[in-house]
Amino acid sequence: MEIERHEYDVVVIGAGGAGLRAAIEARQQGKRTAIVCKSLFGKAHTVMAEGGAAAAMGNVNSDDNWMVHFRDTMRGGKFLNNWRMAELHAKEAPDRVWELEAWGALFDRTKDGKISQRNFGGHEYPRLAHVGDRTGLELIRTLQQRVVALQQEDEKLHGDAEAYIKVFQECTVTRLLKSGDAISGAFGYWRENGRLILFDAPAIVLATGGIGKSYVVTSNSWEYTGDGHALALLAGAKLINMEFIQFHPTGMVWPPSVRGILVTESVRGDGGVLRNSEGRRFMFDYIPDVFKDKYATTEEEGDRWYTDQANNRRPPELLPRDEVARAINAEVKAGRGSPQGGVYLDVSTRLPAAEIIRRLPSMHHQFKELADVDITKEPMQVGPTCHYIMGGVEVDADTGAAAVPGLFAAGEVSGGMHGSNRLGGNSLSDLLVFGRRAGAGASAYVDGLKARPAVSEESVAAAKAEALAPLERDGENPYEVHHELQRTMNELVGIIRNAGEVTQALEAVEKLKERAKGAGAAGGRIYNPGWHLALDLRNMLLVSECVARAALLREESRGGHTRDDFPGMSAEWRRRLLVCGASPDGSAVTVEEKAQPAMRDDLITLFDRAELKKYITEEELADFDALVRE
Amino acid sequence: MGYKAKFRVWRGEGGEGKLEDFTVEVNEGEVVLDIIHRLQATQAPDLAVRWNCKAGKCGSCSMEINGKPRLGCMTRMSTFTEDETITVTPMRTFPVIKDLVTDVSFNYQKAREIPSFTPPASVKPGEYRMQQIDVERSQEFRKCIECFMCNNVCHVIRDHEENKTNFAGPRFLMRIAELDMHPYDVADRKDAAQEEHGLGYCNITKCCTEVCPEHIKITDNALIPMKERVVDRRYDPLVWLGNKIFKRSGSGSKG
Repeated sequence: MEIERHEYDVVVIGAGGAGLRAAIEARQQGKRTAIVCKSLFGKAHTVMAEGGAAAAMGNVNSDDNWMVHFRDTMRGGKFLNNWRMAELHAKEAPDRVWELEAWGALFDRTKDGKISQRNFGGHEYPRLAHVGDRTGLELIRTLQQRVVALQQEDEKLHGDAEAYIKVFQECTVTRLLKSGDAISGAFGYWRENGRLILFDAPAIVLATGGIGKSYVVTSNSWEYTGDGHALALLAGAKLINMEFIQFHPTGMVWPPSVRGILVTESVRGDGGVLRNSEGRRFMFDYIPDVFKDKYATTEEEGDRWYTDQANNRRPPELLPRDEVARAINAEVKAGRGSPQGGVYLDVSTRLPAAEIIRRLPSMHHQFKELADVDITKEPMQVGPTCHYIMGGVEVDADTGAAAVPGLFAAGEVSGGMHGSNRLGGNSLSDLLVFGRRAGAGASAYVDGLKARPAVSEESVAAAKAEALAPLERDGENPYEVHHELQRTMNELVGIIRNAGEVTQALEAVEKLKERAKGAGAAGGRIYNPGWHLALDLRNMLLVSECVARAALLREESRGGHTRDDFPGMSAEWRRRLLVCGASPDGSAVTVEEKAQPAMRDDLITLFDRAELKKYITEEELADFDALVRE
Repeated sequence: MGYKAKFRVWRGEGGEGKLEDFTVEVNEGEVVLDIIHRLQATQAPDLAVRWNCKAGKCGSCSMEINGKPRLGCMTRMSTFTEDETITVTPMRTFPVIKDLVTDVSFNYQKAREIPSFTPPASVKPGEYRMQQIDVERSQEFRKCIECFMCNNVCHVIRDHEENKTNFAGPRFLMRIAELDMHPYDVADRKDAAQEEHGLGYCNITKCCTEVCPEHIKITDNALIPMKERVVDRRYDPLVWLGNKIFKRSGSGSKG
C-alpha cells in the first residue's frame, strides 16, 4: 500500500493550546506548517481547562507584576522549577493573553473594561484571565479561529488556503524519523481510513499534552496517552521530572462513570469551602510549615480575605494543589469522607444561586446533568484525580529545543517549567508562552539549516511494520492490557507512594509490556479504535515505566511526588533532577541524576532569606548571603 | 442496580450498514457513551465512535439516540426504562465514515468561509476596553462546543443535500452574529450573511436551539437578531438611497 507523503518546514504534533500557538508562530514566520492531531480540530484537551490563564496584568490588583508571579510559580513548584522558564513565563504571559484578545477572544471584564482576573490557589493576587469557567474553550477556539484567519489570508495571497498551514485531523503520529542525529520527519496513520502517512520535515514541535490515561481516575481524555513523551524518548531525547504528577484535589467522585472528571479550582477561588463528614473546614489543619505565614489560621480571617486582601491572609482551601489533594486523601483515609469516598465542596452556602450560575456555569451544568446535584443548593462530593504531569521533554527554556536537533516541545509534554507542582492557571499561560517560543525556535532552526535531512527508506519500512503489527496479530484484546495498566498505576504509583509498591508496579509494567507485544486488533483499518489503542499502549507503558522508575529513585516528598517512606522534603534532592532516557526500541529505560542549575543572582534575590531557608541547602544559603552582602 | 440493556447500534462503512443488536450491562449513573465503550471493550473492539472529554465540553460524541441528536456523554441511562431498546445511529446530515463516526468536514469548510474577526487597525493588543454587558451577547455564542448537532438537525440541509453549498447552517450563521455583535469587529457582515451564507433559508423553527447541549438560544439570540440587522440594512429606504448614491464601499457602520 502506498504511503501518502507530504513535505513541510515545521510539523506540529498536537492541536491544543501549545500546538496551535506554535503552528501560528511558525506560519507567521513564513514556514510551511502542518498541524497533526488525533482528534478533530478544536477538540483537544485544552478545551477542558476551566479556571483561566494566569498573567500578571494587574487589572484587579495593581500590585501584581511578573516578579510576584515568578515567586508564586517557584513556590508552587517547591523551587524545583526551571527558573528561566518560570521567568519567561511570568514576563510574557500578559502579552500572550492580550494577543488572544486581538484575535477575537472575549474574556470577562472588570468594571473599567479591562480583562477581569480571578483568584486561584497559590497566586498571591487575582491573576487568572477567564471566561466564566470555560476559559480553555475560549482559548482553543480563538487559536483555531486564528489558524482559519491565516488560511483566509493565504487563500487571498496564494489561491490556496492550505498553502502555508494545514491541519491533518484525526491523524496519529507513531514515530519520529531521524537522519543521523537530526530529525527528518514523522510517520503515522489516518484514523479515519487507516492509510499511512509520512511527513518530510526538518523540525517537529511536540505538543501532545500528558499521560493521564495510564491512570483509572483521571480528568484526562483518551488522547492523553503520553505520545509526545514516548516519541521523544524513542528519538533519543530526555525526559525530566517524570515522578511529579499532579492529582487535582477536586474531581467528581460520583457517579462511578464520571469519577475523575474535573471540578474547577475556581469553585474555591470564588469562595467554595472544603468540609469533611463532621462538617469541619479541615484545610486549616493542613497548612504546611513553608506556607504558615501566608494563609489564614481562622475561618473568619479566611472569609474576610475575599473582600479585603490587603489586611487578611488567604484561606487554606487555596493552598497549591498538591497540598489540598494530600489533605483530602488523608481525611478520606481517616474515615471522615463523604458517603461516596470524597469530601464536600460547598459553594451553595457561600454565594447566591444566581451568582454561582453566572460564575460557574459549566460546573452547575455538569453536576446537574451527570450527578443530579444542584450546586446552588447542596455541596458537591469531590476527591483527587490524576490531572497533569509536571515532567516531560527536557528543553531549552528560550527555544523549546530538545536534545535531538530539530525536535522541539511545548506545553504539558515539556518538563521543567512547573517544577514539582503546577499552579492552577499556569498551564494555559504556559501553552501560549512556550507554544510561541517553540514555534519560533523551530522556525529559526529551519532557517539555519544548510540542507534538509533526508528520510531513509529503512526507517520508513520499520515504522510501517510497527504500525501495522497489531492488525496482523490475533492476540489479546488491548483494552484488557490498558485496564490493568491503569489499575496498576492508580494503586501503586498514585498520590501516596512507597518503595515496595513502586517496585511492584515496575514488575507489573514489565509483564504488561510483554502482553502488549502480543495484543491484537480485530477488524480492518478503517476507524478501528482497537488498533489505535494497541499502538497507544507502547507509549503509555513506556511513560509509566519512566514515572515509576523516577518515583522509586527520588527519596523525598515534594509537590506531586509523595513518598510515605520518605515524608520530608530534602534540600539536597532539590538540587537534583532525574533524567529518563531509552533505547530506540523502547527497552532499557535509564534514569540518571543531573544537577539543577543554580538560580540567576537577580532572580534568587527576589526571595527573602527566611523563605529560601526552607528549601535550599546551607551551602546555597551561604552563597545567597555572600550575594546579598555584595 | 446493574441490569442488561438492549442496544441497537448502527454498524457499517462505505455507504452500507445495518442496525446490530447487543445486550450489554448497565450500571448506576452511566451514560450512553459508557455503554458504547463497554461494547468496544467486550463485544466489538472495532466499533467506531468519536469522543474526548466525556463531560459535555468538547462536542465530539454527537450521535442520534432513539432518533434525537444527543451527546453520548450527557445522555444518562436513567432517562430510559430498563426494558426499552436504545437505538444509536450516526448523525444523519453528514456522510458516515464508519459506525457512529461521520465526515463533518462540511462544518470546517463553512467555518473557513466566514470572514474572521476584524478589529480596527488602530487598536493595539492590551488596549481593548469593553464592558461586560457588551461582551455577553457574543460570549453566549462562544459557549458553542461545535458538536454540530444544530447543523445536523437543521431541516434546510438534513434532507436537502443540494442546499449545503449555499447554507452555512445555524452554527456558522451564529458565528456571523457573534462577530457582528463583537464590540470591536469592523467588518460588514450583513449582506454576506444573506447572500452568501443563506440566512434567508432559516425559517426559525428553532430545531437548532432545542438540540443545543449548551442551551444557547441560537434562534432567538443569534439568528433572529441577525435577520433584523439584515432587514434594517436592506429595507431601510434611507440606507437604500444612500447605497444608490454613494455606492457603498463595504465599510458600513456596526449595528
